[in-house]
Amino acid sequence: MKKALGNVFIWIIYLILYAPLLVMVFFSFNEGRSTSVFSGFSLKWYAELFASRDTMTALQNTLVLAISSAVIATVLGTAAAMYMYYLRNKAWKATMKTVTNIPMMNPEIVTGVSMMLLFVFIGRMLGADNSLSFGTLLIAHVTFNLPYVILNVLPKLNQTDPHLAEAAQDLGSTPMQAFVKVVMPAVIPGVISGFLMSFTMSLDDFVISYYTTGSDFQTLPLKIFAMTKKTVKPDMYALSSLIFITVLILLLIINISQIRQEKKNASK
Amino acid sequence: MKKRSFAQRIAGAPYILWAALFIVIPMAIVVYYAFTDADGNFSFANIRQLADYKETFLISFEYSFIATIITLVISYPFAYLMSKKSAASQRIMMMLVMLPMWMNLLIRTYSWMNILERNGIINNLLGLFGAEPLKMIGTPGAVIFGMIYNYIPYMIIPIYNVMSKIDKSLLESAEDLGSNGLSKLRRVILPLSMPGVISGFTMVFVPSVSTFYISQKLGGGKVMLIGDAIERQMQTSYNYNLGASLSLVLMIVILISMIVVNRFAGDDDLLI
Amino acid sequence: MKKFVSVFLILVISLSALSLTGCGGGRVSEITDPTGTYTRDLEGTTINVFNWGEYISDGSEGSLDVNAAFEALTGIKVNYMNFESNEAMYSKLKSGAVSYDIVIPSDYMIARLLEEDMLQPLDFSKIDNFHYIADEYKNLYFDPDNAYSVPYNVGMVGLIYNTTMVEEAPTSWNAMWDSRYADDILTFNNPRDTFAIAQFLLGIDINSTDTADWDKAAEKLKEQNPLLQARVMDEVFNKMEGGNAALAPYYAGDYLTMADNNPDLAFVYPEEGTNIFVDAACVPANAQNYDAAMMYINFLLEPEVALANAEYICYASPNTAVVENPDYALYQNEILYPAEEDKPKTEYFHNMEESIRTYYEKLWEEILLADE
Repeated sequence: MKKALGNVFIWIIYLILYAPLLVMVFFSFNEGRSTSVFSGFSLKWYAELFASRDTMTALQNTLVLAISSAVIATVLGTAAAMYMYYLRNKAWKATMKTVTNIPMMNPEIVTGVSMMLLFVFIGRMLGADNSLSFGTLLIAHVTFNLPYVILNVLPKLNQTDPHLAEAAQDLGSTPMQAFVKVVMPAVIPGVISGFLMSFTMSLDDFVISYYTTGSDFQTLPLKIFAMTKKTVKPDMYALSSLIFITVLILLLIINISQIRQEKKNASK
Repeated sequence: MKKRSFAQRIAGAPYILWAALFIVIPMAIVVYYAFTDADGNFSFANIRQLADYKETFLISFEYSFIATIITLVISYPFAYLMSKKSAASQRIMMMLVMLPMWMNLLIRTYSWMNILERNGIINNLLGLFGAEPLKMIGTPGAVIFGMIYNYIPYMIIPIYNVMSKIDKSLLESAEDLGSNGLSKLRRVILPLSMPGVISGFTMVFVPSVSTFYISQKLGGGKVMLIGDAIERQMQTSYNYNLGASLSLVLMIVILISMIVVNRFAGDDDLLI
Repeated sequence: MKKFVSVFLILVISLSALSLTGCGGGRVSEITDPTGTYTRDLEGTTINVFNWGEYISDGSEGSLDVNAAFEALTGIKVNYMNFESNEAMYSKLKSGAVSYDIVIPSDYMIARLLEEDMLQPLDFSKIDNFHYIADEYKNLYFDPDNAYSVPYNVGMVGLIYNTTMVEEAPTSWNAMWDSRYADDILTFNNPRDTFAIAQFLLGIDINSTDTADWDKAAEKLKEQNPLLQARVMDEVFNKMEGGNAALAPYYAGDYLTMADNNPDLAFVYPEEGTNIFVDAACVPANAQNYDAAMMYINFLLEPEVALANAEYICYASPNTAVVENPDYALYQNEILYPAEEDKPKTEYFHNMEESIRTYYEKLWEEILLADE
């Protein structure tokens, strides 16, 4: 009974999380140009989508940016979290934690503009006219991703038993081995969720991206946000639906195979 | 005593360099703009103007605080239930929590409007039962809802992460010692999950104070949040000075409230 | 960890595969060059174009893909980027860290860019097609000698209403203050456009430099607060199409799009007058490929290209070759091209001096605060 109640609760939360996506998928099949009045079923927006070079380039750019920024932020952030965890100087530790939170505390537009000003300034010093480029965009994304990685890894570290690593060292491991064998596995879930959050943040950012990108690199959120003078057409709904359904189906397949695997292992 | 290896010591170096260049210097730029006028002269004029935004500040903090608390109340049991599932289910549940956020923010917002509008899906359903349509878009409730929806994964995941780690044997020994469900929760699970709660609280509260898009659209442009005001100063008015000083004050207030929260939670690692 | 990495990799690879399937096939991307004006001298170079989103015929729904056609004709690669507002465009340009060869801002923003020496004069000897521009859109106030800009699109604001929700067809901006329509009224979510409505209604100059005039308009707007359902920009499409509001001011061309999806909608230019805008192509001072920019601007004026753009964007065209073409889908459309006797009184926005801008933005925030 209790369990059923819990499951109902979980389903309700998922329903709310996915409600707008269902609406999105529905309107991606609209025959008309509207995203609020359904005039008939059609696949034409999906066809439009694949014929648009612009959209496909934007999608590629978005993925390249999200993956590279999430990877860099995860590596940097995990190392930083380790460093902070082992810090003994309290004041320094507190300073580090506070600085870490800054990119999250500033409204996006302030982060975006202040980074743009920094890049322009550095660019002028180096004598470069067009200092904004993919590189500056990547730096900006890594920067706003970092707090999410650190905030995911640190609690995991705080949970590990510090004596464990020491014990490993006492048993003859080098500190490095102790770290890799004992500490690392314990924080992996934090690293993964940090990576996942970074990827997510980066995938959908448009404010900071707008200010830090150069004149030849447009991502999907930038393209969609610029459409708001007119209106976002259903082809963008079709694209999002396609991404959504692809990911969902893959997840289900993977999940089913893993559950089978687990059962197999259990029966052995 | 924790021994620090050389590797651990230098692990922080790249981040310190990165933070100095791309977090601290831009922050210094913000501080510079906050205390200068359009011609670059030192000035308190922006700071003096802040008094006009008192109400806006208050509303933003009030709404995001409410939103964060509700998010916490929903996320905590969710994360707990999640941590009870099989390993494979846990993985998929985590991905499923994040997945909606991969979709474009604008499209998600438009879709919510389709659901919550006067002639929207909910009101159409209500109409089937002969109920009066509800006014949802343009109310403070919609703004708070927008914040919760947008940031809930950032609460669920860190809490789930620490919960999944809580030792089963600990819970069992608590049971052996006669703890019932509630006291087990209060004595064992709650304290042990605190680091995750703090992380989640930070990742929801902090960005929602300065949020501007989803809440503005769901609020029908009738509720002015501090994020909206700053966005307008920075972009429409091209007044970086006032925008910077608003955001500086915002940051200070957020810092103070985070320190309070952390103290309350027994973690005094965060201070200025 | 391994499991997670493999799951994630599968996801990403399949998404990338998705993005590679696009090939741009089946699109109209070629036009003929009857006059032989387009050389391939600049083949291999690149131009960066900065334009509003959804503001060029891009090949969807069987239209002409303008950028691809230009590339095919000249061999010049077009880097096409979008902005969502004049102000957003301005801050990017002002940073000086990006160089665009062509930008297409609106009138008052062009005035501002000129004031700040951010544009360079065009070489009209290379823009033969300029003669297609209607005389009424030449030498406009922001560019009196027409040396810096070539009009791209024209539009006017009007009042869109849902015929099933209003008791009689509105003719005046007054309808937006009508308490019968309380909670059914939408307005713009930006100060300039909102003030303009109150100013037209009160008979005040929309470019007034007298703060007292702005105060009066602000008072009028505060009266409207309790009647407003929402302040909107792009959401207006969904709101009006879905029948969620009775009245909304927006651009004539966009009304045509909305009316396609909701036949109950109607449109009027209020009698007090309304705002007109012109978006025009300009070349920023730090442009890198000036000659290609001239070629591109000339190309935009080609009758075939301008026609494709006018039909795609649905705004009024300043190009006579389009307006006088009977095959144009919106030929003599009475909303975009009202007959002489139906033409509303119109005013352009001017670039306001800093002090006035700060003043009315302050008032705007007061109005918003009074609304809570």
